[in-house]
Amino acid sequence: MLGRFLARRLAMLLASLLVASFVIFAALYAAPGNPVAALSGGRSLPAASLAVLEQRYHLNDPFFVQYWYWLSGALHGNLGISITLRENVSTLIASRIWTTAGLVAYASVLIVIFGIGLGVLSGLRRGLVDTGTLLLTAISAAIPGFVAAIVLILVFAVDLGWFPALGNGTGFVGNLQHLTLPAVALAISSLAIVARVTRAAVRTESGREHVQTAVSRGIPARLLIRRHVLRNAAIPITTITGITIASLIALDAVIETAFSLNGLGAYLVQAAESKDLAVVQGISLVLVTAFVVVNLIVDLLYAVLDPRVTLGSRAQ
Amino acid sequence: MTGPGPAPGPAAGPESGTLLEVDHLTVRLRVEGRSRPVLRDVSLRIGPGEAVGLVGESGSGKSMTARAIGRLLPEGAAAEGAIRFQGGDVAALTGSDLRRYRSQVAMIFQDPRAHINPVRRIGDFMTEALRTNLGVRPAEAARRAVEMLAQVGIEDGERRLRQYPHQLSGGLLQRVMIAAALLTGPRLLLADEPTTALDVTTQAEVMAILDDLRRELHLGMLFITHDLELAAAICDRTAVMYAGQIVEVRASARLHDDPLHPYTAALAAARPDITRVAPRLRAIPGRPLSAFEAPDGQCAFAPRCAYAQDACRETAPGMAELDGGLSRCLRASELRGKLAEPEAADA
Repeated sequence: MLGRFLARRLAMLLASLLVASFVIFAALYAAPGNPVAALSGGRSLPAASLAVLEQRYHLNDPFFVQYWYWLSGALHGNLGISITLRENVSTLIASRIWTTAGLVAYASVLIVIFGIGLGVLSGLRRGLVDTGTLLLTAISAAIPGFVAAIVLILVFAVDLGWFPALGNGTGFVGNLQHLTLPAVALAISSLAIVARVTRAAVRTESGREHVQTAVSRGIPARLLIRRHVLRNAAIPITTITGITIASLIALDAVIETAFSLNGLGAYLVQAAESKDLAVVQGISLVLVTAFVVVNLIVDLLYAVLDPRVTLGSRAQ
Repeated sequence: MTGPGPAPGPAAGPESGTLLEVDHLTVRLRVEGRSRPVLRDVSLRIGPGEAVGLVGESGSGKSMTARAIGRLLPEGAAAEGAIRFQGGDVAALTGSDLRRYRSQVAMIFQDPRAHINPVRRIGDFMTEALRTNLGVRPAEAARRAVEMLAQVGIEDGERRLRQYPHQLSGGLLQRVMIAAALLTGPRLLLADEPTTALDVTTQAEVMAILDDLRRELHLGMLFITHDLELAAAICDRTAVMYAGQIVEVRASARLHDDPLHPYTAALAAARPDITRVAPRLRAIPGRPLSAFEAPDGQCAFAPRCAYAQDACRETAPGMAELDGGLSRCLRASELRGKLAEPEAADA
């Protein structure tokens, strides 16, 4: 059961990657500008060097042939060579992936702890806690990441000087310090959404008939909340948290750029600007994989949490 | 006739002593900022081992009465009057006393699929109260659960305990609910339309099991149903509710043939009888009133009553004793014997 499910999901992952790579390739191909201009830095090159470049990067071949060159390379584990840095794309990605992974993981931890925490608290308690959370989440849900980034840099880095404004830092503590403001900026609006959905799920589950059954049997409130309210609310909460964390992967480019972090997201933006196709494709490959894997984990968790869901079964 | 088993004769009547006493209970709920009555002056007594039926249309306050007894009223509900269990005031119970009360008074709900947590195993559901409140070890609790499942006619109990609710049919699930309710050794069952959500053949089975076990274990029961005949078949006495009030209490055996309140008679006549060919079903004219819609200072049933007179619209009748029963009808003694003939109501 599990094996077949995983095999199907793996096939879906490969299909997603193929489609994504084609779309990205086509988009960059159609976009204005050309890679030679990026290579030459705007200077006009002698015809001979131009020909060498065009040949090396297959720039004159038809679209599908170019795509095929890239695809077959990628299938052999060769993601190609960056046009601007003239380095192996795999090496370039490897040197940056941990910044991005760290940032997304940090933001995810913030979302899980504070988003779910606030949601559970305000779902269980009416009154001041609830109203406060509603107000807070209404505001923070409306803050785009780049605005949060600017405000956070201004207040906590420039004015208060508690955290560094830019860069990656060194060592675990250094990394953590440098990633704190970006992680908050990345998490803030998603955190609000997770808190809202959690609150609603807790409210819904508290009102279920089976909770009343448990009350009628004299189950103490603490156990009632844990076994019947939170246990059941965990199903929708897991779903929304998973979707949210997956979406961080896409949002992270903006935040990395705002904080000058040397991660995949910021690099993706630079590479797209200079039409560095191999790099854009390579990074996209990694990001799409991460996205699909996060979703896969959510699906697995979902089947663990809800016995009515069986892995890999189609809707009956 | 969905009710199986013999109807209890007068000899099988209640014994002396009181298990539960509901004394002039009035409950108000806050709806849209206004306080609205849902129960009005409800008084009821259940003896040890006695089954009392509570019959009425939807919205008449049957379930609310059970919820009040089970201390399950919604937030913001205000109750007046008293509920006493074995002499003790139920409203005053807190903490472990309340939990002990709840293990003594078990509820069986209408829709087992909604009332059993879908993501926990049957075993968890059944043994939860035993393990949590009575400190029974898990293995011992499971053993007792299997034993109780056998009593409600589920033989492969050990397998069932490992299953999830969605893997069981509605009838099986309701048996599980009954078995779970009996596990804590209650003295009183509050059965809120326990068979309404089941199909007819399953209804009869579940009803028979519930009735047998109740007699065997000598439990008091408040049996809520909208089915007068079913109540009559398994209950010693039956109370009929209308618009948040009890309008008649009577030995079940006599309820159908010798009703004391026009509403009871109308309710009995509205039920199609397969032994008699009727030209058309006899519906009660008008629609049932909720307690908060009922006008003050007059009989709540008067607008729909075939026997209503001016006096019925000018004074609110109290409960009056009549031939061993109670009736909330001004003309009860006058109409005595005329109500059972439904044809009279057509005049």
